[in-house]
Amino acid sequence: MIAILGLLLGVAVGIWLSPTLPAVLQPYLPIMIVAAMDALFGATRAYLDHTFSDKVFVVSFISNVTIAALIVWIGDQIGVGSQLSTAVIVVLGIRIFTNAAAIRRKVIHA
Amino acid sequence: MPDEAPRGARRFLTDFLRPSRSQAVMALILFICGLAAVMQVTANSADAGYSTMRRSDLVELLDTLNAQSRRLEADIAELESTKSRLESGVDAQRIAAEEATKRLDELGILAGTLPATGPGIRMTIVDPQQQLTPEILLDAIGELRDAGAEAIELNDQVRVVGTSWVGGSAGALVVDDVALDLPLTIEAIGTPHSLEEGARFRGGLVSQVEGPAVGGSVLINQVDDVIIETLHRVSEPQFARPA
Repeated sequence: MIAILGLLLGVAVGIWLSPTLPAVLQPYLPIMIVAAMDALFGATRAYLDHTFSDKVFVVSFISNVTIAALIVWIGDQIGVGSQLSTAVIVVLGIRIFTNAAAIRRKVIHA
Repeated sequence: MPDEAPRGARRFLTDFLRPSRSQAVMALILFICGLAAVMQVTANSADAGYSTMRRSDLVELLDTLNAQSRRLEADIAELESTKSRLESGVDAQRIAAEEATKRLDELGILAGTLPATGPGIRMTIVDPQQQLTPEILLDAIGELRDAGAEAIELNDQVRVVGTSWVGGSAGALVVDDVALDLPLTIEAIGTPHSLEEGARFRGGLVSQVEGPAVGGSVLINQVDDVIIETLHRVSEPQFARPA
C-alpha cells in the first residue's frame, strides 16, 4: 500500500511542482524510464516467484537505469546515440514482454 | 493445486496491508518513477519533443525536411509546367478547331454543299424567241465569276459549281442534267456593283441578249440579301486521293 502511495505521490509532485531536469540529462530520461519499467516488471515477477528481495531490487533498479543511460551517453559521444538508444529500448522491451508473460502465467495460469 | 490461487491472493492481501521495509523501498522507487514519467510526458507535450532531442537527430531532421521541401518544390515546378502546357495545348486545339470550322464553311459555300446568303444581284433574262444559246449562258457564268461571284444559282434549281456543265440547245438549256425553264433567273452573291458591271459591259451578256441575234431583254436588280438554298450533291471521288 505504501508502494502505491509512493507512485501516486510521485505523479502528484510531478504534476504540481513540474520540476525540470537539467538539460544535460533530458535526452536520457526516456531510456531511464524504460529501464525502470523493466526493473519493476522484474520485481513483480520475483515477488510472485517468492524470490523477491528488496536489496536485490534496489541494486538492479539503480544499475539498470544507470547502465541504460550510460550506454546511450557513450553512444552519443561516439556518434551512434540514436542507434544505441534504439538497441537499448529493443532489449528492454523484450525483457519487459518476457517478464509480463511470466507474471501472466503466475497470476491467471494461462 | 486447487488452493494455489486463494493462497496467493491471501498472501498478496496481507503483504498489501502490512507495512514493511521492502514496501518503503518500493514506494521510494515508484515515487522516482512516477516523477520521471510525468516530467518526461510534460516535457514531450510542452515543446513537441525537439528540446529533448540530440543534436545529430536534429540535424538529421533538418536534412530530411530540406530534402522534402526541395522535392516538393521540384514537384511544384513540374506540375506548373504541365499545367501551362495543357492550357496552351487546349488553346491551340480550340483555335485549330475554329479555323477548321471556318475553312469548312468557306469550302462548303465554294463547293455548293452549304446554303449561302449575302448581297448580290438577281438577273432575269426574258427570251421570247428562244434564241438563248448554251454558249451565251456559259459566257455569262464566266463573266459573273470574273466579277467575283462567290455563289451562283439558276432558276432556284441548279447551284453552279466548279464541275457544272452547260448543254442543250438554244431555248432548251440544260445545266447539270436539269432543264431550265424560261425566263431564266440567275442569282449571284458578290459585290452587287461589280456583278452588274460584269453583265453590262459592251459585248457582254446584256449586249448579246438584247442584240438582234437573240432579241431578248435582261433585268438586273441589286439585292441586299440574295438567298441561295439549292445544294450541289458531291459524289465521293473514285480515283483522286488527298496527297
